[in-house]
Amino acid sequence: MLSHPQCRFAKTLCALWAAHSYRMNSMLPSAMDEQAMSSPKINPVPQRQQIPSQVVKEDEPQLVAAAQSGKLEAFETLVERYERKIFRLTLNITQNREDAEDAMQEAFLKAFEHLHEFQGNSRFYTWLVRIAVNQALMKLRKRRPNQVSLDAEVDTGEDTIPREVEDWGPSPEDRFEQVELSGILSEAIGELDPPFRTVFQLRDIEELSTEETAEALGLSVPAVKSRLLRARLKLRQKLTRYFRRSDNQ
Amino acid sequence: MNCKTLVIELEQYLDEELDAAVRASIEEHLTKCKKCRIIVNTCKKTIEIYCNSEPAPLPEDTRLRLHDALAKRLRRAHP
Repeated sequence: MLSHPQCRFAKTLCALWAAHSYRMNSMLPSAMDEQAMSSPKINPVPQRQQIPSQVVKEDEPQLVAAAQSGKLEAFETLVERYERKIFRLTLNITQNREDAEDAMQEAFLKAFEHLHEFQGNSRFYTWLVRIAVNQALMKLRKRRPNQVSLDAEVDTGEDTIPREVEDWGPSPEDRFEQVELSGILSEAIGELDPPFRTVFQLRDIEELSTEETAEALGLSVPAVKSRLLRARLKLRQKLTRYFRRSDNQ
Repeated sequence: MNCKTLVIELEQYLDEELDAAVRASIEEHLTKCKKCRIIVNTCKKTIEIYCNSEPAPLPEDTRLRLHDALAKRLRRAHP
């Protein structure tokens, strides 16, 4: 069942998908190929793979298989599951609402059209992220053709070491409402140059591996690592504006 | 290990890709250097906050346009 009754095109989609599925199944295989710091305390590294909000639900492979076999509801469930995350990704990269929406639409449409090509060698979400980041970068390059060169040389030398550092208070994120925190995180990442925010988005928000990020962006592994370090240090600095320890902490 | 070499190794330290000896050397430096300790801890917190952040709800008009676009594409492919 579709979980969003307000989706007024659900019935149309179901009917069209049934027809699409029937046609595809009746084709020959060749025709299907279209397409804190008073005492020293070192915090543990966050174990990202154990954070519940980021864990890919276990039913994803079954949903993908069902969608590939013609079940529209399964694809609809995948879209509904990931549409918010994909929109955040395209918005963070493009920094433009209209471009972000277009890139998200085009990403889901491409995923739909090429679903039969998905082999299951990676997570479906990783595959979808790669499609979406390409769409977002195309939009960004179109709008700012001279400013977006992901593979330009970046300086990762001594200037990455902050001269002065301010500590953060405990649980800084808990001092803000969810909506306010979301705005802070979005604003901070938007202040990074595209090469840095794109790498950070893929590695630390979408949880692609260094190798997957390098492949998705056409960068070398060392280039991904150097950009990621710069991005993390810059974001740390930007977030200090909001999260710095107050006098009474 | 000093502050400059720590930054050079920081990326691999945060991603737990260093061998035990280099890691131990960094952690020894961190017990002595408050500045590096703050940088490392707030970098880890930065990653954690972004990683845990939930995306904002998709605006309803944006969501409807997405689902409309999916429906139209199918209709074009299979009139």
